This record gives sequence, C-alpha cells and structure tokens, in this order.
Amino acid sequence: MTEPTLQVEILRYRPETDQDPAFQTYTVPYRDDWVVLDALNHIKDNIDRTLSYRWSCHMAVCGSCGMMINGEPKLSCHAFLRDYYPNKIRVEPLNNFPIERDLVTVTDDFMEKLESVKPYVIPKQERAVDEGPHLQTPAQLNTFKQYTMCINCLLCYAACPQYGLTPDFVGPAALALAHRYNLDTRDAGREQRQEIAASNEGVWDCTFVGECSQVCPKSVDPAAAIQQTKIASTIDWYKALLNPWGKR
Amino acid sequence: MAKSNKPIVWSLFAGGGMLSAFVTPVLIFITGLAVPLGLMSLDSLSYDRMLVLAQNPIAKIVLFAVIFLPLWHAAHRLLTTLHDLGLPKGRIAMTLCYGAAALGSIAAAVVLLRI
Repeated sequence: MTEPTLQVEILRYRPETDQDPAFQTYTVPYRDDWVVLDALNHIKDNIDRTLSYRWSCHMAVCGSCGMMINGEPKLSCHAFLRDYYPNKIRVEPLNNFPIERDLVTVTDDFMEKLESVKPYVIPKQERAVDEGPHLQTPAQLNTFKQYTMCINCLLCYAACPQYGLTPDFVGPAALALAHRYNLDTRDAGREQRQEIAASNEGVWDCTFVGECSQVCPKSVDPAAAIQQTKIASTIDWYKALLNPWGKR
Repeated sequence: MAKSNKPIVWSLFAGGGMLSAFVTPVLIFITGLAVPLGLMSLDSLSYDRMLVLAQNPIAKIVLFAVIFLPLWHAAHRLLTTLHDLGLPKGRIAMTLCYGAAALGSIAAAVVLLRI
C-alpha cells in the first residue's frame, strides 16, 4: 500500500534571488499525528534545505512558529495535518509583517512597541532582600494571571485588521501586557505605561473587532485587556476634567 | 505621546452600547410587538398617556438618554466599522457620523423641552 501524502504550498522569498514572493508546492507524507511544523521539518530535512522558518519548542510555549495556515494565523506546532487532509495546505508568513525570508518575518516593530509599554514590574520602592518576598493573594494573582500567558507569538497582530490599516497602533499583545503589569499589586508603573496605552495609537486605535482573542493560542483575550484599559483611561480622563489640579 | 481625548466619544459610545443592549430590545418589544399584538393593552401607548409621561422632568431625562446615547453609539460604531472596511479615517466620515448623532441629540432635546 502506498503511503498517503499531502501537498503543502509554501510562500517562498529569498531576497538575494527572488523579485517577489512566490508559492512552491511540496508533497509530504501524511501522518495523522503530524502538525504543520512536522511537515515543514520533513521538507527541510529531506526535500529542500533552503526553506527558512522559525521554530523552537514544538509545544506551543515558545511562540516562534506562528504562520498563516490556509489564511488563518496559527502556531504551526498546533495545527494538525488531519484537520486539513486530504486538501492542500497553504502556508504563508504572518500577515501585517514584512517578510525577511520565506516564512520568517521582521518583527522589529512589535519589539519596539513591547518595550515602549514597559512590560515589567515597576515597584513604588525597591524592596530590600531582607524584607522578604512580596506576598500576593490568589485573588490578586487571578486578576492578571491570564494576561501573563502571552508568548509573544504575534498571531494577534497578524489577525488584527487595525494593525494592518494603522501601523502605528501599539497592538493587542503589547497592550495586554501593559494591562497585566497595571493590574499587578507589586507594580506602580501604570502612569508611565498610560503615556503609550492612553494615547491615540494605544487602546484608542482598537475598534474591538476581537480577532486577536479569537486567534490567541493561550486564551489571553487581549481584546478584553484593551477594553478594560479603555474604561480605566476614560475614568482617568473624566477625573482629570473634574479635578484639573489633581495628579495627572 | 499625548493622552487621547477619545474618552469623550468613547464614553458616549460605551453608555449607548449598554443602553442599546439592555433597554432598546425591551422598548422594541413593547412598542413593536407587545402592544400591536395585544399582549399589552392598546391604551398603554395612547397619546394622552405618552404626553403625560413626556411632560415629567425625570421621564424627559430618561427619554433623552435612550435616544441620544444609542445615537452616539451607532455613530461611533459606524465610523469604526467603515474604518475596518478600509475607509481612511477622514474628517468627512467623522463629521457625517458624529454630526448626525449631534443633530439627532439636539433635535431630541429641543422636542422634549417643548413638550
């Protein structure tokens, strides 16, 4: 019996030789426990060594292998061939990012935005080691825990129509992480993050399409984080209006 | 980056969304289904009763809220949806959407005050 196979159509782009990106089709063995990343590894190891793509953990933790799979942003380690077989699978680099090479995108824009929201605990006062750990109750942890699950895979940026239309938009993952630290009881950096988050390019460019939360492989729900930030920023705005002498 | 002034329109949008979700369906049910189908007495929406209702200052405020907030909600939603569909964020679209909501709000206020 011949082994079943599956066709994978990959958008290739090698800047030193190709004018424009173009599709190349490969035939790979079909196994029902294989994911798209296994198919790519099979191609790389056995058919075409020149294929470039990012991956690391193969278990939806590292966030490296995000790609457009049949037009949907997905982690290629999370997309089973059996959900597409016997149809052809089309694999493209993530939407809304420039292509560096084949399935590898240039993510500098996101990295700058992520840094701009200061995604780390900014304590009010440095805590000395002999003061012991900063305790947090399970309830306090629960307020932000889901937002800590972000793996920066950028599927939300590829899914967001606003990021595609308005490249200055800070975007879902960075805003969700800003919210995560704002909610943390150990943190006092909200005012600094609001400089970015409460600007036009921050939460206000979001039109609540909600695709970011649909595609998130870690159920972070960035759309909810952004809407909560909109409410908090609106309360700030009215407070500043009613009390112009108060703390800005 | 400067903090945005969008909270003005967004708070109207959010308030209107809340009303549209919770109150508007009930109003549509009463005015569009329950009374015409006879589930409620035909008299309950009679001119005389509605006139008395609209003359009450508190009822005026409530009526104004259920008219003007959903108008702003619709204006903002329409504008952002047009943007999602690829229409550039222009002054014309903004003026048309928010202008319609502003005119509707003023009209509602004038009519309610004159009753």
